[in-house]
Amino acid sequence: MAVTTTPATAAGRREGDAIAAGGRGGGSPALRSHGITPWLFLAPYLVLFLAFVIAPAVYGIWISLHDWDYTLPGKPFVGLDNYTALFDPDSLAYERFWRSMRATAIFTILSVPLLIVIPLLVALAMNQKFRGRNAFRAIYFAPYVLGVAVVAVMWRFLLDNNIGMVNYYLGKLGLPDDIAWTTSVPAAWFALVGVTVWWTLGFNAVIYLAGLQDIPKELYEAAEVDGASAWQRFRNVTLPGLRPVTIFVLMVTIIASANMFGQAYLMTRGAPGTETRTAIYQIAETGLRQFQMGSAAAMSYVLTLVLMITSLVVFWLLRERSAD
Amino acid sequence: MTRPDSTNFSRRRFLAVGGGVAAGAALTACGGGKSADEAAGGTDSGSEFTGKYTGPAVTLSYWNGFTGGDGPFMDELVKRFQTENPKITIKQNTIQWADFYQKVPAAVTAGKGPDVGVMHQDQLATNAVRKIIVPVDDVASALGLKESDFSPQNWKAGIYQDKRYGIPLDVHSLAMYWREDAAESAGMTDPPTDADSFDQALQALQKSGQDEPFWMPSRWPSHLIFLSLLWQNGGEPYAEDGSKATFDSEEGIEALTWQVEQIKKGYSPENVAIDTQYVGFKNNPPKTAITWDGIWQINDLKGADVPFGIAPLPKIGDQEAVWANSHNFFISSQASKDDNKFDAARVFIDWMSKQSAEWAGAGMVPARKSIREGSEVTSSTQAPIAESIDTMRFLPPVPGLGDVQAQTLEIAVNEATLLKTSPEDALKDAAGKATTAMEENLKKYGS
Repeated sequence: MAVTTTPATAAGRREGDAIAAGGRGGGSPALRSHGITPWLFLAPYLVLFLAFVIAPAVYGIWISLHDWDYTLPGKPFVGLDNYTALFDPDSLAYERFWRSMRATAIFTILSVPLLIVIPLLVALAMNQKFRGRNAFRAIYFAPYVLGVAVVAVMWRFLLDNNIGMVNYYLGKLGLPDDIAWTTSVPAAWFALVGVTVWWTLGFNAVIYLAGLQDIPKELYEAAEVDGASAWQRFRNVTLPGLRPVTIFVLMVTIIASANMFGQAYLMTRGAPGTETRTAIYQIAETGLRQFQMGSAAAMSYVLTLVLMITSLVVFWLLRERSAD
Repeated sequence: MTRPDSTNFSRRRFLAVGGGVAAGAALTACGGGKSADEAAGGTDSGSEFTGKYTGPAVTLSYWNGFTGGDGPFMDELVKRFQTENPKITIKQNTIQWADFYQKVPAAVTAGKGPDVGVMHQDQLATNAVRKIIVPVDDVASALGLKESDFSPQNWKAGIYQDKRYGIPLDVHSLAMYWREDAAESAGMTDPPTDADSFDQALQALQKSGQDEPFWMPSRWPSHLIFLSLLWQNGGEPYAEDGSKATFDSEEGIEALTWQVEQIKKGYSPENVAIDTQYVGFKNNPPKTAITWDGIWQINDLKGADVPFGIAPLPKIGDQEAVWANSHNFFISSQASKDDNKFDAARVFIDWMSKQSAEWAGAGMVPARKSIREGSEVTSSTQAPIAESIDTMRFLPPVPGLGDVQAQTLEIAVNEATLLKTSPEDALKDAAGKATTAMEENLKKYGS
């Protein structure tokens, strides 16, 4: 924040000069200043946003209209061919892309509910007063600070069905010890979702915890005076109080899950076959390994569109409920 | 573990780029607008090659992927070259092979890549057609390199459209490794040499307490085992001209069926995930007594004090054959634009090629026959492999073939060895897709 303050102030000062000049010109100083000031305050971020988000995004559309291999001199314009190929069942791209979209959908549908509910339970527990509370908070958050490479490579070996510790101890407990966690479906989905939940639940839990601490104590006291049970306090005070936080957590989690890549890339390598190859994985393979940037860009835009529609649907669903 | 081939993954880089998706990456790479023909125009530049560098002091950017047990040997060679050639400064950049083939095209296109480097033989055609690397015929003739000094297969695989793009430094193939301790308790004295003796050896190992003596991987290097067996059966994976995938032939189905049988017979557990068989081989006591892997693992096994023996793959099919690849020196189109750099690069390759006997210490087999027959090689661990160089088979020089194979053949082998799909169905499906992709490539790159 401090970083943006300085230039904004400087800009504000220049703005003052502009107003003075404008005043001499006879226009309405108040109106004019209103027109420029917000833009100047936004400028530092806006410049970065335009340069690193909007410009590449527009450039990506341009790329998606070409047969774009950046190592070749010719990049022929192909119009919408890259897009139509994604909707043509006879093309190579069609099967690869929609298979990967299906994998992304499976992962998102399996992981999001768990990443909404489990962190909430953890946050509720961490919100209680007990000895060693801070240590537990740290322990639950700890996996989140690890990089995906560390997490995925570690779990790949732990979950290996022939030499891994997970199956070894399952066997010791008399449970089936031959589950192929990384090479068969649906076991691979459980592994990927489980590892992701273990890895990222700390982040969602921290946000829930902040939300919980924001709910006024008076509400709980009032509820208690009215004779509400613990469950009723949770239903009628905690949950409504957490609504805005939950919406935020839900949106962020959906997008994060839809962008899953590293876990599949490192733990299963998309195995068996390409069953666990997600959309981002497929896009990376197409664009960066096969240098088919045009096709990869088209895939990205279709994925973006699907995500935007999903977000709108989620927003719509949540607004519905708030009208009750 | 270091694999001198491109299936190894690049974690960090992919993570970094994955988020930003395609657009951002293209931004950095497409600059310049320089035509590829301009870039390649330097082929004729550089003065008459004498093997000596006489120009002003120059810095060469030298890229390779020797990140494993081979790295220290290359560092040592570079250091010695520096002392002998003070006018040429070598700036070495070592990157994992998997990243290497993504980075080099982008970096050379941007003018910030290697001047000289090492890449795998099966990548030469792809980079030649992209004008990332330039022909080195004159270096080959100045070095006095002749086909008779190489295995004919290795020699031919470096030529694309009648021009030579790589100077072979070494060849490396798959080999059969076994655990000495397990072999001893099973009374195995000589390594098996054909399908029958291999099967007997596995049964003897099972009797001695090795329940699953030959773990069949579902990933790397399973597709290399497949290719070796396919060649042993007399098949070819691809049409020489790059027009068609033929790995779904009778010979191919037979090869993959043999692999799957090892699992069904109980010699291998099911679902052997990536690298598991190698970890199991290094374990004490071994989980798998025999594994087929590349000869580049020699130093890794020695470093881990694993008691192992090494021999060529047994002849499972009708003839001896084994998948192999080769490290080749290349000169980039970037260096070819600067006469001094081009000259220096040629001197560097010349010098390095003559030192390839020392390179045998890195676990590889020198490409040149004259050096292969020297004592450095005949007394090395990989000597039995070096002797069988004439059985080594290389993929044809077809641009873009590596990516096609990764998306089709490797996935078919994966599905079959995980017992998800029958070898025939998996191969038929993959070969159909591979042929489509190869036809697209022919159109894209011209033939």
